[in-house]
Amino acid sequence: MQNILNLITEHEQIIYIVILMIFLGIEVIGKVPSVLHTPLMSGANAIHGVVIIGAIIVMGKAESDNYMALILGFLAVILGTLNVVGGFVVTDRMLEMFKKKK
Amino acid sequence: MSHILTLCYLIGSITFIIGLKMLSHPAKARKGNLVAAVGMAIAIFGTIFLYEEDGNKLGNYIWIFSGLIIGTVVGTLIAKKVKMTAMPQMVSLFNGMGGACAALISVIEFQHIAHNLSNDGGIIHQGILVSIFLGAIIGSISFAGSMIAWGKLNGNIKDFAYGGQQVTNVGLMLVILGIAAYLLFSLSPENAYWFYIIFGVSLLYGVLFVMPIGGADMPVVISLLNSFTGVAAACGGFLYDNKVMLTGGILVGAAGTLLTILMCNAMNRSLKNVLLGSFGGGTKSNAGNKEQGSYKEISLNDAATVLAYSSKVMIVPGYGLAVAQAQHTCHELEKLLEEKGVEVKYAIHPVAGRMPGHMNVLLAEADVSYDKLLEMEEANDEFKNTDVVLILGANDVVNPAAKNDPSSPIYGMPILEVEQAKNVIVNKRSMKPGYAGIENDLFFQPKTSMLFGDAKAALQKLVAEIKNV
Repeated sequence: MQNILNLITEHEQIIYIVILMIFLGIEVIGKVPSVLHTPLMSGANAIHGVVIIGAIIVMGKAESDNYMALILGFLAVILGTLNVVGGFVVTDRMLEMFKKKK
Repeated sequence: MSHILTLCYLIGSITFIIGLKMLSHPAKARKGNLVAAVGMAIAIFGTIFLYEEDGNKLGNYIWIFSGLIIGTVVGTLIAKKVKMTAMPQMVSLFNGMGGACAALISVIEFQHIAHNLSNDGGIIHQGILVSIFLGAIIGSISFAGSMIAWGKLNGNIKDFAYGGQQVTNVGLMLVILGIAAYLLFSLSPENAYWFYIIFGVSLLYGVLFVMPIGGADMPVVISLLNSFTGVAAACGGFLYDNKVMLTGGILVGAAGTLLTILMCNAMNRSLKNVLLGSFGGGTKSNAGNKEQGSYKEISLNDAATVLAYSSKVMIVPGYGLAVAQAQHTCHELEKLLEEKGVEVKYAIHPVAGRMPGHMNVLLAEADVSYDKLLEMEEANDEFKNTDVVLILGANDVVNPAAKNDPSSPIYGMPILEVEQAKNVIVNKRSMKPGYAGIENDLFFQPKTSMLFGDAKAALQKLVAEIKNV
């Protein structure tokens, strides 16, 4: 029990952020017209590509003789970048078509 | 220096929220996407140049930049080349990449901990261990699941269901959680390799989890996996105490979950129903037994005449149109009819196409004007003033059973009430039921006539015929 309480106190800020973000995420999406569901899903997909930052940190910290970490980290950076860049470009392509009409 | 990085992350977090918000307004959506992308770039480059741990800056710039360049070039090329109809699998593919990225980060960080442990018996921080495990588990499930979903939508992987599938899945999940709990409290250099079993079983779980789910339900699954990856990214945020990863990840996790539920609602199905796949077999057999009348076919010539002499035509595009990639031909037909003084509108069901909103994207690609697209409620008000409804490859979304037949599996689903119009022409490839696997009474009504054929080929012929009328 003490352990759990300690954990909560230690990560108080993070727990607040998590709870507020859950509500914010639901609130922000709630008013989206169904027309935009596909671009929205794609846009959200690009945003979780923020995981790339973790990959960069891992990569940057790897010792130059730890080949396992270097290779896996390198792979992670590539995959994360694919997620971010691909996600944003695809979303932009979809939305570009909507705009042309007006 | 680290203050500037904090500022970068703050900007990143705010742009994600604003970006998502703007993505919910048709006029601002594109800008919103751009705002989020700029925020992402700031956060990424801030990390590369300003991140410090224990006073040490990041190294391996060559590796980092080559990774970024390869990812950018390949990602841009794929994203620019993909056809609009293939959009759902594209999202799934990119989502899988993000999941794999999160899982790899966890693997490397775990190796780090295991390495320190065997060297000097360093202290294990259980909070960190939990986020590493969660990142690995959720990331791998998301990766494996997304790859299967991608394969299914591409048509490379067939549905595969087997008895006891739910028991197996629950069993696998228990194995994963059991090993994770065991390692959490008794990690030592000797049992560290157990971690890779978690990793492997999670991948297997992801495959088995998506395998039995039908191809038409993939959008729901992709949306769900999308929110999984968000949570996996947030685990990374916890691991590095990195607020931008945390906010971005949780934001997508929450929004993705809601979007998944919205999609299920639009199809009148519960998420549980989609995931456990109890919809397929059972209902199909008993609906198939129902007595059906006969249907009548219409020739291209007649169809062309009926359309050309109407004053108002409503087009109902569906999955079949998307598959046949007939959106351009459809727009051609629309222009031709307009020239002849016919008023043409499109009635868009929320789940028409392969994903909610997908049909709007497809028609927008074909230059169909935005104000010609009517959402379901508007369209339902206009059907009674409509002379001809032309249904192109849609089925379940126009099935009157959803309104009249309480025993139907789709009962209660909002539909386009096309039977209010004077005439209905249905273009389908055959009399086969739609993905819900049920017969459609609409096809047997006296005012309905069938025009068989692939949507694109049929439309091309129809356009040619109308030119002659």
